Amino acid sequence: MIDLNAFFDELWIARWAVLQGVATTVAISALAIVFGSFLGTVVGLALTYGGRLTRLLFRAYTDFIRGTPVLVLILAGYYVLSTIGINLTPFQAGILALAVFCSSHVGEIIRGALQAIPKGQREAAMAIGLTFPQTFVWVLLPQALRQILPTWVNTAAEMVKASTLLSVIGVAELLLRTQEIISRSFLSLEFYFFAGVLYFFVNFGIELLGKWVERKTTIPGQG
Amino acid sequence: MSVLLEIQGLHKRFDATEVLKGVDCSVAQGEVVSIIGSSGSGKTTLLRCINMLEDFQDGRILLDGEEIGYDTRDGRRRRKPEREIARQRALTGMAFQQFNLFPHLTAAGNVMLGLIKTKRMAKEAAHQLALHWLERVGLADRADRYPGQLSGGQQQRVAIARAIAMQPKLMLFDEVTSALDPELVGEVLQVIKGLAADGMTMILVTHEMRFAFEVSSRVIFMNGGVIGEEGDPKTMFVAPKTERLAEFLKTSSFN
Ligand SMILES: Nc1ncnc2c1ncn2[C@@H]1O[C@H](COP(=O)(O)OP(=O)(O)O)[C@@H](O)[C@H]1O
Ligand SMILES: [Mg+2]
Repeated sequence: MIDLNAFFDELWIARWAVLQGVATTVAISALAIVFGSFLGTVVGLALTYGGRLTRLLFRAYTDFIRGTPVLVLILAGYYVLSTIGINLTPFQAGILALAVFCSSHVGEIIRGALQAIPKGQREAAMAIGLTFPQTFVWVLLPQALRQILPTWVNTAAEMVKASTLLSVIGVAELLLRTQEIISRSFLSLEFYFFAGVLYFFVNFGIELLGKWVERKTTIPGQG
Repeated sequence: MSVLLEIQGLHKRFDATEVLKGVDCSVAQGEVVSIIGSSGSGKTTLLRCINMLEDFQDGRILLDGEEIGYDTRDGRRRRKPEREIARQRALTGMAFQQFNLFPHLTAAGNVMLGLIKTKRMAKEAAHQLALHWLERVGLADRADRYPGQLSGGQQQRVAIARAIAMQPKLMLFDEVTSALDPELVGEVLQVIKGLAADGMTMILVTHEMRFAFEVSSRVIFMNGGVIGEEGDPKTMFVAPKTERLAEFLKTSSFN
């Protein structure tokens, strides 16, 4: 039987822990998405416009990362890096792992979007004297970004889910906080359900944000 | 008249296939040259080499005395640095068959981009100039529209405005009316005629034989990657010297 009173009592006692958990989850996800997207843009560029060797290297990178479980990336980021003298805090190691994971997905999305832009766009930009970097920033990227937005929002939501895995290296994000509360209160059903609801709201927020950006950036006369 | 464009022994290969097999020609300041010829004869490729949208393997292209795309020093031919090539591309304007307007920018935005990024103009000045050129192509009232909100003919006119706003020394038109519905062809040709009347030097690849006849000072017939015949429009269309040109003119409708 679910004891709502006991649940609310425990929730009130643990309110700061829960809030900190949510804040940590959001911070991890946001940082991983931001770094991952920057890195992913570089990856996407290399995959699309790189020479043969560059493309091969980045192809190997994305395929390798995408074929590796995220948990393995996280454990590698934390334990393996420390064996070669790079000591990251669990928080830093976790963000690094998630950002790398994110970059492989974003890279692939951006490659797809860039390749879908008609060749004539690049040529028209070149014909008015734009250099390639200018062409990329002012002509190709704005078009690619609009196209990748929906898929990118999915990736962002995946990152929020993947952030739960940082609990295994002791990052006090929402899941680990929840587990701590449960070990004290024994209200496992209630608190796991509650955590599920919180994750849902975080991802719902991302989706709303995505929809908003999509509305803001719609090109009149397109689609 | 002084020579603006000089092409010497131009060879262009795509992998093993040679598409331009030694093209020599020159265009004087203020001339309007039409290039005709059957599909696959290398007309587009020739224009693209002039604008360095394609690399070429042999020959020289001189624009206003400046060698385009390559330097030859101590017998070695080297591609110019990318920045330099970008600058040279802006010396010639290009209008494409498929317009290639930037869909995420307004008509004015399309015209402004090169002015701001290549010519380093201030935004406000670029905007004024964009409006000026849009007016020239009859689209002052469409400055804030996006390409997707314009008809094909209007899009092509914006594309022409985008090119001429850069004040190129030479304008290249590659079958700019081929993708248009017949009723929209006239408005684009009208714009080109206006530019010709203003003394702009241009090369146009076209299938509109009557238009080529009316507007050009000279016509070049491309055939299998070389110039098959060239001359003034009257001679070319009325009394072709070569069998090939006569044949070509027979199969293309003069309307
Ligand atoms: N990017 C390319 N790669 C390989 N072959 C090409 C390419 N572009 C054009 N060609 C070939 O070059 C020849 C000339 O093409 P093009 O210059 O477009 O002719 P035109 O404009 O006169 O129709 C054609 O046989 C065409 O198939
Ligand atoms: Mg062609």
